[in-house]
Amino acid sequence: MVNELEFEKPLVQLREKINELKTFTVNSEVDLSSEIEKLESRLEKLEEDIYMNIKPWDRVQIARHPERPTTLDYIDELFEQFIELHGDRLYGDDHAIVGGIAFYKEKPVTVIGHQRGKGTKDNIKRNFGMPHPEGYRKALRLMKQAEKFNRPVICFIDTKGAYPGKAAEERGQSEAIARNLFEMAGLTVPVVCIVIGEGGSGGALALGIGNHLHMLENSTYSVISPEGAASILWKDASLAKKAAESMRITAPDLKDMGIIDEIVSEVRGGAHHDAKKQAEKIDEVLQASLKALSSLSGEELIAHRHEKFQKIGSHSVLSEIL
Amino acid sequence: MLKDIFTKSNKPKKKKYATIPPENAKHDVPEGIMTKCPKCKKIMYTKEVKKNAKVCLHCGYHHTMTAAERISSLIDADTFNEINQEMTSQNPLDFPDYMEKMEKDRKKTGLNEAIVTGSAEINRHKVVLAIMDSNFRMGSMGSVVGEKISRAIALAEEMSVPFIIFTASGGARMQEGVLSLMQMAKTSTALKKYSTAGGLIISVMTHPTTGGVSASFASLGDYNFAEPGALIGFAGRRIIEQTIREKLPEDFQTAEFLLEHGQLDAVVPRTELRDTLTTVLAIHEQGVSAW
Repeated sequence: MVNELEFEKPLVQLREKINELKTFTVNSEVDLSSEIEKLESRLEKLEEDIYMNIKPWDRVQIARHPERPTTLDYIDELFEQFIELHGDRLYGDDHAIVGGIAFYKEKPVTVIGHQRGKGTKDNIKRNFGMPHPEGYRKALRLMKQAEKFNRPVICFIDTKGAYPGKAAEERGQSEAIARNLFEMAGLTVPVVCIVIGEGGSGGALALGIGNHLHMLENSTYSVISPEGAASILWKDASLAKKAAESMRITAPDLKDMGIIDEIVSEVRGGAHHDAKKQAEKIDEVLQASLKALSSLSGEELIAHRHEKFQKIGSHSVLSEIL
Repeated sequence: MLKDIFTKSNKPKKKKYATIPPENAKHDVPEGIMTKCPKCKKIMYTKEVKKNAKVCLHCGYHHTMTAAERISSLIDADTFNEINQEMTSQNPLDFPDYMEKMEKDRKKTGLNEAIVTGSAEINRHKVVLAIMDSNFRMGSMGSVVGEKISRAIALAEEMSVPFIIFTASGGARMQEGVLSLMQMAKTSTALKKYSTAGGLIISVMTHPTTGGVSASFASLGDYNFAEPGALIGFAGRRIIEQTIREKLPEDFQTAEFLLEHGQLDAVVPRTELRDTLTTVLAIHEQGVSAW
């Protein structure tokens, strides 16, 4: 079984109890089946209770789950004949972002995404999914290539953020992110973005200027990590849970604010319980998006993206309030 | 008696002579039946190496291929239509010994220049190919190489098919001076026009791709692939070491080094090349109308 999260503990305890009783029934003469049945129905209710009322902080934990499916997992499930393409042709190849060309429903697409590592070694290679400028420049290079050959771009977003390091600053982390926002706005092909894990700040947004933006139910998207916000606002990173609740970083929150288009429902308990099933859920939304966008011309796509992002924000006029 | 066997005899040792094989014995193993891998030093049947696309069976070393071998290993049988096969250099600078050297390489390779161009099919995908051959004047680029590449690009544009170039070159051809340099400009402007018209450019860099060739068409692919271990770079290792007075790392300027430094899309082993190219071509086949 995958490692359980904090909020799932009551479930784990109850499950253990049931198993205990079951083995007890087998080993001794006493019939406890009615007790077991009772407990099982209680378990079902409890499951419902817990999974229907997942708190923001719990979602953060699910989004960060080490077993949560990554970009390459979904590429494996959803696309065919994927060829990974490397390098920004300028400085290096950033393993924290993967990208390439493939067939989706027998049609050509370019697919790009942040890539977290699995296990320590892979995580070091991929810098825990935190890109350097060369990663963003590779992504942009592949998007421009997609534009040249008129195929849609699909972006999977899953990063704690762009890497905060010396080398990253020297090579222009800000410029790289800014350039992507600017150039993605002008792409003449459909762009569909899906937040599959953590959407951490500018590092996530740099793959996020899409015609459609979707989020998995238990993913988060925020200007900063809850820990970061807590330490800036209250000088105490341990207040992250409070920050997570105040900042409105979950998919339903972003849907309320009109930032995202669709919430992709998740397998009960989180995508890590069944990556294949989760991919099927993404498949539905992705296909619908591409179908809807494919009828738009290049100019219409740019206008559509422009309008989408111009709408976002909240403001009022002082004299009207007073 | 038995003891005598073990005691040193006082008799002088019998002199040993090296045996000289008779004249005809040398030809027992015909020339070229075996191949020694320059990397792992293992000896293999040439036939088997050739069957494996001239890749070492033990260490994966990629032996250099002639243009003809490349064509036969890559494309569908009988689909190659060569163009401008007869084109040859005029020795524009009256460079001494140039024509003699050309004549020698012509005889040695059976080629008229360091590049072969034409249309072909790869797994039934129509393409225009340009394949350099490092056996001819080290694959150096003079007026003819530049002209043949430009014409091949024009043909690709005319036929609306992808353009694939296999590079193998030491760089510009010294004997043609600045005219060689300008071939970088000529080929690059041709590629720009073709690319703007929507053409697909695939560059496959093979050992070695250096100097003016790497600094022009070899690096301008929509997809830049390279064969494992290929030497790819602009300036030579010796020149760089002398300039910066530093020892360069062992893997400097190899295909793998370039991949890590962001210059290549992928390093593709020769045995997988046909499949990879087929997939890329298939993905671009549908183009605009697909979605």
